[in-house]
Amino acid sequence: MSTVMHVLPYLVAVYVFLTGCYGLATSRNLVHAVGCLAVCQSATYVLLLAVGYRDGGTAPVFSDIRPGSRPVVDPVVQALTLTDIVVGATVTALLLALVLQIAKRHGTVDPDELRELRG
Amino acid sequence: MNRLRLWLLALGGAGLAALLVAACLDLPGFGGRRHPYGDRAVHASLARHTANTIASVNFDQRAYDTLGEMSILFAAVLGCAVLLRQARDEHRARPRPAEVARPVRRYALLALPVALVTGLYVIAHGQLSPGGGFQGGVVAATALHLLYLGADYSALERVRPLGVHEISDAVAVCAYVVLGLASVLAGTAFLANTLLPYGTFNTLSSGGSVPLLNAAVGMEVASAVVVLLAHFIDQAVEIEEEHRS
Amino acid sequence: MGGGDVYDAVIVVALLLVAASATAAVVQRDPARQALVLSFSGVVLATLFTVLQAPDVGLSQLAVGSALTPLLIMLSVRKIRRRGRSKEDTR
Repeated sequence: MSTVMHVLPYLVAVYVFLTGCYGLATSRNLVHAVGCLAVCQSATYVLLLAVGYRDGGTAPVFSDIRPGSRPVVDPVVQALTLTDIVVGATVTALLLALVLQIAKRHGTVDPDELRELRG
Repeated sequence: MNRLRLWLLALGGAGLAALLVAACLDLPGFGGRRHPYGDRAVHASLARHTANTIASVNFDQRAYDTLGEMSILFAAVLGCAVLLRQARDEHRARPRPAEVARPVRRYALLALPVALVTGLYVIAHGQLSPGGGFQGGVVAATALHLLYLGADYSALERVRPLGVHEISDAVAVCAYVVLGLASVLAGTAFLANTLLPYGTFNTLSSGGSVPLLNAAVGMEVASAVVVLLAHFIDQAVEIEEEHRS
Repeated sequence: MGGGDVYDAVIVVALLLVAASATAAVVQRDPARQALVLSFSGVVLATLFTVLQAPDVGLSQLAVGSALTPLLIMLSVRKIRRRGRSKEDTR
């Protein structure tokens, strides 16, 4: 159990990332592709938080526990993930705005049709 | 062509998967006891009387990094505003006011003030409890859009003057930079938390400049999300292409 | 330590739920339905983050992943569908 437990969270992050990549590569709709990119992003959150976790640790917030009374999990990776989530959402919005422009100019959101248009 | 592409994807995916799994097996085990950076961050945060270590990391120890994140956010919103502006061959069509079911209307209007106050509370207590500018900003901004559910789009447009939010977005980014420059003028490094007294641990005014930077980020995120959603809703509901016949 | 094992089991369940909901979000090819699955996946991720003792991140994920991103996708889908419809009318 414990050796599996030591790598399982990392493997889940890898699995989620690869699933998102598969969706991105085989997508027939650019809006769907942006959704798959959001799945890829969430893999990085899982990986970062898994690196920072400590067995028996509690959240690094000292408003209701006495400092030093309990071990806490790593706050640095949590701060990275936190900003990453909000910034990731605005980047998703930027990509969706680009998709809307493509739909306006070319009348389609299927990447394969777009390639034929250009060629 | 399509078969070839799938084979290529399978090959690349398998290679990437093998490399990533090999990397995972070499990572320090999940739940390990050694977190040198974490321990030092907790120590520094307590030394500066900030109860929520994550707020301390974001707005004090790594405040310069947060400035970078803010500029990404600002640039992304600016890009959306440019991409989704009303083009010359488009016009605005007023949507017909739709009938809203009574229960939806009642509960949306009940939930709106609660959600808005929750968002502001989460921003204000960022340095004490889980939360802060990034999360509270999103909550407050999306709460405002319950009005679109409960009433209709023109009601939302009345309480949400877009120009004001665009300006407050820019003002918030400027405020962050000005706070950083203020510490340079005081004789220390850019964004160093030495300007204000650290205050009493676990009260609203603790942590030096952390609450101020936190408020600036909250204001920026809230107005950025309002501006983003406004442009997307405009595109989805109001702006139509001219029919060239 | 019986308590530790139970907590490990909770983490494993949350991780497996995350993997399953991510798969569902990728496999669902219709963007409007994918937005709903993504919203559910956001809630599952927020739960995992809370279990991993990261309430700040969980809160952020709950607000962004289960409300904001799906909303933006839905609005984009609506815009694209409406374009298609108005184009067919003029033909």
